Amino acid sequence: MPTTEGWWPLVFGRLSFDALPFYSAIATGAASLVVIGAVVVIGLLTWLGRWTWLWREWLTSLDHKKIGIMYVIIAMVMLARAVIEGSLMRAQQAMAFDNPGFLPPEHFAQLFSTHGSIMVFFMAMPFLTGIINFALPLQIGARDVSFPLLNSMSLWLTAGGAGLMMASLVLGKFSTGGWTGYPPYTDAVFNPGVGPDYWIFAVTLGSLASTMTGINIAVTIYKKRCRGMNPFRMPLFCWTSLCTSVLMIFAMPPLTVATALLALDRYVGTHFFTNDGGGNMMNFANLFWLFGHPEVYILILPAFGVYSQVISNFSAKILYGYDSLIIATMCIAVMSFTVWVHHFFTMGQSANLNAVFGIATMAIGIPTGVKIFDWILTMAWGRVRFTVPMLYALAFMVLFVVGGLTGILLANPAVDFQVHNTVFLVAHFHNMLIPGLLYGMIAAYTYWFPKAFGFRLDEWWGRVAFGCWVTGFCLAFLPLYPLGLMGMPRRTQEFFEPDYLPFTIVAGIGALFLLSALTSLVIQLVVSIRRRATLAVPGGDPWDGRTLEWGIPCPAPEYNFAVLPVATSRDTFLAAKEDGTAYAPRRAYHDIELPRNSMTGVVFGLALAAAAFGLVWYMWWLAALGVLVAIGAVVARSFVLDTMRIIPAAEVRRQDEAWLAQVRRLPAADRDHETTPRNQGIAEAPAP
Amino acid sequence: MTAVDHHRHPGINLGHTDPDTHEQAEETLFGFWIFLMSDLVLFALLFATYASMMGSTDGGPGPRDVLELSSSALETGVLLFSSLTMGMASLAMKYKEPPARLQMWLVATLILGLVFLWLGGSEFVKMASEGASAQRSGWTSALHALLGTHWLHVAAGCVWLILSILQVAIFGPQSPVKLRLMRLALFWHLLDIVWIFIFSVVYLGGLA
Ligand SMILES: [Cu+2]
Repeated sequence: MPTTEGWWPLVFGRLSFDALPFYSAIATGAASLVVIGAVVVIGLLTWLGRWTWLWREWLTSLDHKKIGIMYVIIAMVMLARAVIEGSLMRAQQAMAFDNPGFLPPEHFAQLFSTHGSIMVFFMAMPFLTGIINFALPLQIGARDVSFPLLNSMSLWLTAGGAGLMMASLVLGKFSTGGWTGYPPYTDAVFNPGVGPDYWIFAVTLGSLASTMTGINIAVTIYKKRCRGMNPFRMPLFCWTSLCTSVLMIFAMPPLTVATALLALDRYVGTHFFTNDGGGNMMNFANLFWLFGHPEVYILILPAFGVYSQVISNFSAKILYGYDSLIIATMCIAVMSFTVWVHHFFTMGQSANLNAVFGIATMAIGIPTGVKIFDWILTMAWGRVRFTVPMLYALAFMVLFVVGGLTGILLANPAVDFQVHNTVFLVAHFHNMLIPGLLYGMIAAYTYWFPKAFGFRLDEWWGRVAFGCWVTGFCLAFLPLYPLGLMGMPRRTQEFFEPDYLPFTIVAGIGALFLLSALTSLVIQLVVSIRRRATLAVPGGDPWDGRTLEWGIPCPAPEYNFAVLPVATSRDTFLAAKEDGTAYAPRRAYHDIELPRNSMTGVVFGLALAAAAFGLVWYMWWLAALGVLVAIGAVVARSFVLDTMRIIPAAEVRRQDEAWLAQVRRLPAADRDHETTPRNQGIAEAPAP
Repeated sequence: MTAVDHHRHPGINLGHTDPDTHEQAEETLFGFWIFLMSDLVLFALLFATYASMMGSTDGGPGPRDVLELSSSALETGVLLFSSLTMGMASLAMKYKEPPARLQMWLVATLILGLVFLWLGGSEFVKMASEGASAQRSGWTSALHALLGTHWLHVAAGCVWLILSILQVAIFGPQSPVKLRLMRLALFWHLLDIVWIFIFSVVYLGGLA
């Protein structure tokens, strides 16, 4: 057995056989799943001989669409893990009345910490980043984002952070400090293990990635819009993405500061947040929530954008109150920085301060209400088609209003004192984030899937998944409101109050529906891939789209637009279809310059993740090596000047003319046949 | 962008600009400005942390015990002067002076940067020897975090300067190299501004 003497600590630091997860059957099982999963994927890739393909076509790609898709894959894998963890917790609470249940307290605490950290940093953030990455450049008529290499580096930092979360399942124990990691509970005195270190570095990798993404997306929107695409012609999704990226630019640094200072406390013995030595743990709460509150709008705004596109598209109407939606979005973005103290109303500041922050919090309900009315009025007198994305939008509108109302309740400090630290809060934020973020992202995934892969997703399984997500959410989280009012504390591993039991059992049943929803998504994907020939939509416009991205083939070519479009109105593509110019022959083709693939991002992200792993386990050589390799990768890249490749005009012409010819041959499918095999991506017969 | 190109850049080659290159340069520099804004948030929060921990000395040394006006005045002078030499480097690039001139100014900036690092480094050593290490109290932790973050930024700037000097030598003043130099200049001047704040808040504020 390794000891703390000799060569072992020099090489492996504090990593020893004790780190293997044999302390509980569930932990062992989960760790084996991760290891088996990794081995199966590696084995499959080797057996199919796909490594080179994977490296060339995907991992080193700087194409914003592929990077977006890889982000969504990370998000989905992490979603699977976090949904399972959530279900385990609900199952535990459904049977833990007067009974220790199947999860020991320590393990339960790890579960709510990983569940929260994963859902926020490695499910929600990669999902929305992926969707923005994929759809936004297409919507503004651009060939790429402003900084493709930075984009790849952000992706790989996120992947590295997610990898660290997975490693924590196999080696050592994760933090028990919740997703917020409050010191002094997470400082070295109370929590000397590796758990908080895993949390610190996974979150830091994710927050650096998001800062870089924010910069990239903001600059892309400012500088890469096509001709005629003035700001007030941008689809609403672009506006919400812009506000989200501005929030990322300003809200992620507080998180980076908070985790960095906490790391200093733990590693070098400083006194920022400690109990002794003049430390001040309220500084952590302030820094963390200075990030944490804007974060919830980083999460929600892209979904608002998706819903705006989806509702307008499937109501076949122009978005009602476009300007008011933009103003509301900007108000929300600015106000999100003015309310963070509502996260610690009960921590001892004056009543007046609480009142100010309470009122500021309630005020955010106003612009959000404006949006709800705009969406309803967009549907009014429209011809609403109940496709899967539209179903999610409808469920969102109903459920989100409920969550908003409970938010107004919580914003009142007097009420907050009553339900503080109860599952009422858990109900509230799941009520905002499941309909508000998750439904939006799944709607976006369904809506833009054909643009990414060339075929639609199976409609029936999509509806099954939708039904399970909605039923599951209602059963699993609405009972937590009464439970919270009855005083059940959050993060409860075992309870002795018989009145709680019926509600926790219903919530447990809800968790089963959420698991079924996840399963249905997987089945939907498998079924759709098998039926891809019948679901193919090469015409490029399966939903009778209105914005630019629908005027190009499905899947989108690597250069996005053979000829850069010119925006003429808010719904440029719709206007072009109406005046018969949507598929008109192009005047001229030009050479297209695209970035060459680069391994810089892969090396940079994974080297920093390795460094983080080294820091967690005190393998100082690995930490130093990882940082040096990451810096080396950037330095080496700065000596490469030949970073672009050319796609000749003739090749662009060949592909584009072939597609235009195909478009003329394809039959048009009217909206009654939108979800049938007759839909091949031509909404109306193209004008001659 | 192949071989030596003579494209002109905004802020460097005033007067005649080549629209395409102009636009490309603008995008890159705009992105860097936004990065700097994000970086400034980081410093702002470290300042806020420092301000909130002014009194948290836990019975240990306070500003009057460890901070010295003379050494910090010297550091200020060195850093301000390095901004001047960086400005001269930008002018050398703008007026297409021989690359050697540009390199000379970059080397001068690098030397001043290294002097600053050395001065700052010896200040850290001295503070530690006087019992004011980062581990002593909340206040010393906040002080070291603020000064240390600035110091690390200057160190990164020095590495960047070395790379730039090399790249000017290897590639000559090509567009990508020039664009990088312009960003480096922005970065360097920003560090100067941050230092002015540190000098005012930490040193003048602490010793007044
Ligand atoms: Cu909040």
